[in-house]
Amino acid sequence: MTRSARSYRVGHRSGSHRSRSYRAGAIPALLVIPAVAGLAFLVLPLAGLVLEAPWGTLLTRLTDPAVLAALRLSLIAATSATALCLVLGIPLAWLLARSRFPGRRLLRSLVTVPLVLPPVVGGVALLLVLGRNGLIGQYLQSWFGVSLPFTTAGVIVAEAFVAMPFLVIAVDGALRGADQRFEEAAATLGASRWLIFRKVTLPMAAPGIGAGAVLCWARALGEFGATITFAGNFPGETQTMPLAVYLALESDPEAAIVLSLVLLAVSIAVLVILRDKWIRPAS
Amino acid sequence: MSLDGSIGLRRGSGFTVDIDIAAGAGETVGLLGPNGAGKSTALRGLAGLLPLAAGHLILDGEVLDHADDNVFVPPERRAVGVVFQDYLLFPHLSVVDNVAFGLRAVGVRRSEARSRAYASLQRLGMERYAQQRPGSLSGGQSQRIALERALITDPRLLLLDEPLAALDASTKIEVRSGLKEHLGDFTGITVLVTHDPLDAMVLADRLLIVQDGRVIQDGTPAQIARHPLTDYVANLVGVNLLRGTSDGTVVSLDDGGQITAASSHQGPVMVAFSPTAVSLHVDHPVGSARNSWPVKIRGLENHGLTTRIDLTGPPEVLADITPAAVADLGLSPGSRLWAQLKASEIRVYPG
Repeated sequence: MTRSARSYRVGHRSGSHRSRSYRAGAIPALLVIPAVAGLAFLVLPLAGLVLEAPWGTLLTRLTDPAVLAALRLSLIAATSATALCLVLGIPLAWLLARSRFPGRRLLRSLVTVPLVLPPVVGGVALLLVLGRNGLIGQYLQSWFGVSLPFTTAGVIVAEAFVAMPFLVIAVDGALRGADQRFEEAAATLGASRWLIFRKVTLPMAAPGIGAGAVLCWARALGEFGATITFAGNFPGETQTMPLAVYLALESDPEAAIVLSLVLLAVSIAVLVILRDKWIRPAS
Repeated sequence: MSLDGSIGLRRGSGFTVDIDIAAGAGETVGLLGPNGAGKSTALRGLAGLLPLAAGHLILDGEVLDHADDNVFVPPERRAVGVVFQDYLLFPHLSVVDNVAFGLRAVGVRRSEARSRAYASLQRLGMERYAQQRPGSLSGGQSQRIALERALITDPRLLLLDEPLAALDASTKIEVRSGLKEHLGDFTGITVLVTHDPLDAMVLADRLLIVQDGRVIQDGTPAQIARHPLTDYVANLVGVNLLRGTSDGTVVSLDDGGQITAASSHQGPVMVAFSPTAVSLHVDHPVGSARNSWPVKIRGLENHGLTTRIDLTGPPEVLADITPAAVADLGLSPGSRLWAQLKASEIRVYPG
């Protein structure tokens, strides 16, 4: 059986089929040039960043108090924003994925608006609503004495606003793709809806939630427009890494390169984590 | 303990299910029918996963669902256990936590739930799998765990949805006899859904034959095998079923031909006989059998130890003979033969 199958295949290889399939898979020369140019366009700037980096002084640069402060603030703000997104975004995703009400599809598109909105517009919108004289901000100020703009909390709010759609979309997809019969099985075993959500729905959607959280965190870490508009640019308080990069470019280009390198490293790390754990290459 | 249900459900595209079901303590009722007949839909109604569109469901005097009175007890508050077709063991929980799930759900403390679940695994001789994920279990083991998970909270009604369909033929026989034993010990009511007549015959005390969302016959497996009411049921339980009009012992069949039975009847009747009662001969047989007629082979189908042969008539019948006989007689589709049937093998009943 194996022999005949093998000889069959060999026969094919020497026959006309091979050259025909070869031609079908070949890339027209006219496409090769723009394809290579496109690749270079995407990769060369990043390669330049790595090449231009002041490797000799990298360590001292990284331990510079100003850089460390920006790094620390960025990590705290992005992590807090991700936590906020998880607390608000998972229930929202559940609502979108599982409940049935009129206008659900409209709501789903609304949720994704921050994804395509210029972040600076998001910052303006946040100022209008949560600013000191904003629709809600004025009551936050007069009732609780809380003011969000130009504070670290404001950074977190701005980052969460921009990053939450990433989480909601990922979790929504995971919940919609999950086999709901497991939840039915849990119900027949006597589990309340809340218990089912905690013990069955959430754990089974965990890979999707994890992927969404990582994407959300990476987006928050790189947030610039909404942050600088809503929270300003105060070192140690609201100056995150991307803001520090932008500012350093004027005064100290080497510092800007070092900070950029850190952000690039984080981005690549995120890709690697996602690829190994959650994103199965479609091959 | 009693179950009294009138299960009225609607599925998309105008399909309706209307099944009356009643059972007493310790009884196993089998819903037998082809795929898509509405059996599993009915089971979802019993479990509370689908509210009834019409009818009622009363278990032990407690109204679980009543379409007219707007009463509906959700699945988590019903004393009902379900074993699903592909078992649906939680893939993220260990085997012991799967079994303990129902206990945890009703508020038993974690340590106690675990130890009770572990004890039941020991009883099954499966304690070495306690910490493993269910993905590492075989089909038969998964079925045992799913059954144990459903039974640990002492349900009064146990629902089994095609419990053996996911198993391969060799494990099926063993798991089926194990399941039979378990159902024998179970004091509550069991409702079993299957499309496999043998599973139904072996496991159920009483059968409801379901077709197009309706019960077309109701009785013990033996009753139904002896007196199938439609061609479908006859086929299902492997019985030739012919309709005709009887005058004395001679039955004139509706589709042509005559059969002489041992017993005497008057008026419309059904004639039933096993495919094994039909013998095949190359030449016109001479002998004691009163029924012999020329036939042509329409098709042959192997069923393990026997070959079922589809014969044109009239009357058209099924015959079961051994593969050796098929070879000896050189049978193939289109072969012309004589069929013979002993009157003593024929059952006639008014229909």
